[in-house]
Amino acid sequence: MTPANPTAMLAELTHRCPLSCPYCSNPLELIRRDAELSTEQWVEVFRQAGELGVLHVHLSGGEPASRRDLEDLTEAAAEADLYTNLITSGVGLTAKRIAELARRGLEHVQLSIQGPTKAIADEIGGYAGGYERKMQVADWIAAEGLPLTVNAVMHRRNFEKLEDTIDLAVKLGARRLEVATVQFHGWALQNQAALMPTRRQVEAAETIIDDARNRLRGALVIDYVAADYFARFPKACMGGWGSVGLVVTPSGAVMPCHAADTIPHLVFENVRDRPLSEIWEKSDAFNAYRGVDWMQEPCRSCERREIDFGGCRCQAMALAGDAAATDPACEKSPLNEKLQADADAFSRGGDTLVHRAKAPAS
Amino acid sequence: MADLNDASVPKLPRGVKLREDAERGWLLLAPERVLTLDAIAIAVLGEVDGVRSFGEIVDRLAERYAAPRDQIAGDVKTFLTDLIEKRMMDVSP
Repeated sequence: MTPANPTAMLAELTHRCPLSCPYCSNPLELIRRDAELSTEQWVEVFRQAGELGVLHVHLSGGEPASRRDLEDLTEAAAEADLYTNLITSGVGLTAKRIAELARRGLEHVQLSIQGPTKAIADEIGGYAGGYERKMQVADWIAAEGLPLTVNAVMHRRNFEKLEDTIDLAVKLGARRLEVATVQFHGWALQNQAALMPTRRQVEAAETIIDDARNRLRGALVIDYVAADYFARFPKACMGGWGSVGLVVTPSGAVMPCHAADTIPHLVFENVRDRPLSEIWEKSDAFNAYRGVDWMQEPCRSCERREIDFGGCRCQAMALAGDAAATDPACEKSPLNEKLQADADAFSRGGDTLVHRAKAPAS
Repeated sequence: MADLNDASVPKLPRGVKLREDAERGWLLLAPERVLTLDAIAIAVLGEVDGVRSFGEIVDRLAERYAAPRDQIAGDVKTFLTDLIEKRMMDVSP
């Protein structure tokens, strides 16, 4: 059966980044600068994505502004009829670059903030002066009239500042705020003790988010990704494997999600070798966990199997040692009790932050 | 949040756009959002040009569909209010 067309593509233009957040979603083994796709190769990827029916492209990284051809890539994506969203830390952008990006067809900017104060933001980002630069960048985005989403990853060290984070998003003129509780893949796994929120923080967050949504209705849209380790059911990761989205890595590998390379037996085909549409429809990696046929019990007979798709395959791999197992964040998983006990233990201790490394040049 | 009255002028904000897709029909795209539009939604959005007021839009649709104005006003208001809450529609004043 031919799968429905994807609606969203995450284009990881580079793994280079001036920040070094300890929960970075890039893989532990970062792609070198000289292995990145060229301008022409990305232009071709965007053209193929448009033909494949992709609607949104998220220009991301690393820090996409580290690519000097970001303006050309944005224009190419817009020409391919893709809705262009820039996911940025802000570092590397100038007023002039933002104006040029808007002129070339950029539709929207998603700006990350690591916390609502200089102290916490710069500590987490590992980049002195980062917070002040972000505030400047938000002003430049507003001056250009580009719509803004603020993205905030929350964890034990900044959860107490959730209300300030919401206030900051309003002050910066954001239309939308994404509050994402830290997820433990890749770099974040080394920081579980330093970052795991407490149950009390997670419960308090629910109330704060509900209140803010009511208070700010029509002014700020808040999307909230709750902590799955304290929930009953897992997240519907990626809206289902190979169902709505795909990721292209800096070197052109095409993956169903940005962490899929933590599943060791999957082989990801490359846009340099095969058209995007064929990879989407036919590659083994995309078909491995598509639909429900791959499921084991308790997923196979679960009434939620087409609601949360058994949760996150990468988390099942990491915690159950089997990517086809039920995500241990599900209360039906035999590992759920251990996951919750471990999360509680992590939430009680550890201050040492391990920051992400820099992407090598060659 | 601004309430819609006959004098309110709705307008698609920057970053929210209509497009036709070969397989999916008419869509309204916004950051991280895709709305599939039905015939009524398409008719309403076809009247939203940033100049016409809510009252004018309702008048035009009531005439075109030969339907009671109150009923059209209720439907249009429900649809636009939902978009306003999603920040997919601006309204002035």
